[in-house]
Amino acid sequence: MEGHSTYQPKGKVAQWFESRLPIVGLIHSSAVAYPVPKNLNYMWTFGAILTFMLVCQIVSGVVLAMHYVAYGPVAFARVEHIMRDVSYGWLIRYIHANGASMFFIAVYIHMFRGMYYGSYKAPREVLWILGVIIYLLMMATGFMGYVLPWGQMSFWGATVITNLFSAIPWVGETIVQWLWGGYSVGDPTLNRFFSLHYLLPFMIAGVVGLHIWALHHVGQNNPDGVDIKNVAKDSVPFTPYATIKDTFAMVVFLIFFSWFIFYIPNYLGHSDNYIPANPLSTPAHIVPEWYYLPFYAILRSIPDKLGGVLAMFGAIVVLAFLPWLDTSKVRSAKYRPLFRQFFWIFAAVAVGLGYLGSQPADGWYVVVSRIFTAYYFIHFLVILPLLGLFERPKPVPASIADAVLAKSKGGAVVVAGAAGPETK
Amino acid sequence: MTIRSSLFGAVAAALLLASGASGALASEGGGHDNRPHRMSWSFAGPFGTYDRGQLQRGFKVFKEVCSACHSANYLYFRNLAAPGGPGFTEAQAKQVASEYQITDGPNDAGDMFQRPGRLSDHWPAPFPNDNAARAANGGAFPPDFSVLAKARSYHVGFPGFITDAFIQYQEHGVDYIHALLTGYEDAPAGVHLQPGLNYNKYFPGNQIAMPKPISDGQVEYSDGAPQTVDQYSQDVAAFMMWVAEPHLEDRKRIGFQVMIFLIVLSGLLYFTKKKVWQHVSH
Repeated sequence: MEGHSTYQPKGKVAQWFESRLPIVGLIHSSAVAYPVPKNLNYMWTFGAILTFMLVCQIVSGVVLAMHYVAYGPVAFARVEHIMRDVSYGWLIRYIHANGASMFFIAVYIHMFRGMYYGSYKAPREVLWILGVIIYLLMMATGFMGYVLPWGQMSFWGATVITNLFSAIPWVGETIVQWLWGGYSVGDPTLNRFFSLHYLLPFMIAGVVGLHIWALHHVGQNNPDGVDIKNVAKDSVPFTPYATIKDTFAMVVFLIFFSWFIFYIPNYLGHSDNYIPANPLSTPAHIVPEWYYLPFYAILRSIPDKLGGVLAMFGAIVVLAFLPWLDTSKVRSAKYRPLFRQFFWIFAAVAVGLGYLGSQPADGWYVVVSRIFTAYYFIHFLVILPLLGLFERPKPVPASIADAVLAKSKGGAVVVAGAAGPETK
Repeated sequence: MTIRSSLFGAVAAALLLASGASGALASEGGGHDNRPHRMSWSFAGPFGTYDRGQLQRGFKVFKEVCSACHSANYLYFRNLAAPGGPGFTEAQAKQVASEYQITDGPNDAGDMFQRPGRLSDHWPAPFPNDNAARAANGGAFPPDFSVLAKARSYHVGFPGFITDAFIQYQEHGVDYIHALLTGYEDAPAGVHLQPGLNYNKYFPGNQIAMPKPISDGQVEYSDGAPQTVDQYSQDVAAFMMWVAEPHLEDRKRIGFQVMIFLIVLSGLLYFTKKKVWQHVSH
């Protein structure tokens, strides 16, 4: 966000203003002059898509909040009021409900891209950790948002998830009652969840600001994982190059999003959430939103309650340590033949855990969940540290310009250094 | 090299085996003999619209049969004349409303009073409260109809749940309602029915409190549609879908406009992007 600006205010007023608050220069350096590696592929457009989704969720959410009432006996009816009687209320609500899922689809692609291309490695550790914090805040926000329609899944999902905290020794019960505002999920819970659901997105926006700041300070990673060495040869200015590419990708993503909003708006929800919350009747299967399913599978795979909770939170916390668990100096999976294969196994295991999380926890499902849960942790705690020591990476190009040249000519890559196994 | 590849192979094989086991279980555990049949609904698909005649017939079934026990609290008389619905005229909707007595008040003297229904009234509930509804129905609560068509579904399983997203299949609720209404049978030998419950092959657990609600010929149709349980069930299910999703036609119409706009815009942006990047090798 600093340093790249070539902004020279032309008018007298602009010069006067810039010398007092250099905000136009800041925008210019961040969104116009900022050098973007020229070899980025479309996986790098999801940052812009996510920023758009955050704005989309905040705008649609603020409008919904104008019509919604967070009071147990009427919350369900108010959502139906939005769906039926508010002008285009159905559209705003379907945008918001499906927007949450789109946000998570985009963030998962963004995260897997980071893992594949080693975007978490030095000097991007803080950038990556800020991303993990955003992800955690998103999960909290999404969970509390799902409670607001006050359907059966809202109520029982809230009951199951808040009850997890009761596994904490000594203070668990107290924490749960404090979360509930009573002795069970009820009206006080709904009210505070609404309050927090409105607050957290603005906290996300704040951390996103830091995330972008850190990104613009260290520069973007890229498919070849080599830094920009020569700005003229290796990079292009953000505008128009990245701007037009991001806009195109965003519109394509909007087509995908619109498919859900207009044609299958209830596909990603659960039909039980159209039944008003009833504390006396438990649904046959309590299933969280799809984006929590891998973690739900990890939670259920551990036979001990506290162990399950620790494993579930551990599965997210381990991401924050990824920059140090991966011992390889080579960033991109493009030049790490073994890591590339293990990456895809890990991706398949993560998706598999998601499927298992949606299935009843009995029979073979439990056995497979346990194997996959174990593999999830083995990937981070054993495979990644060892791979860096034993893998023989392919030669990495000396610069982005060389990589691009090699790609366009199909020729040999200019070798940067020794291609032997790395030693620390 | 060989150690590494055999390590990789072992891990991959073990995980494949594990997921294969779960897949085999899924296909064998999901014996769907009682899965509702998929019907052909006029409102399915990207250009679906409600069949006005069907909604009017379904409304007649609801009014004459279902509404004796089931409420529809979010349905207003004015909705009957709204665009995208059964297509009644405002006069017809007023006429329907006026057939019902609504409790209003308090008046200036502080008393509640009865008056004929108006367009702004919601559909009057058959029972004053949930407990009264339970007491009159052997302890079972007849669910509200307002969003029931979206509140019911059935298990689709893999890979059907993925293909449904591509073929835009969202009609699981109405499939289930149609199946339930046509699913009453005598209990098979060996099934012990609990007192007050009825056998239904599509109801989860097969024992349902609602007795067979409708029989052939019970509701008179004036448009020549067959007066059968099967037809009644389809019509009332379609009506319930409209009650649950009154803006479905608007949604699909606007959706098509949005899609056309976005596809054209993305095409223009694609060529703009190509033009901007044409002299950059990347």
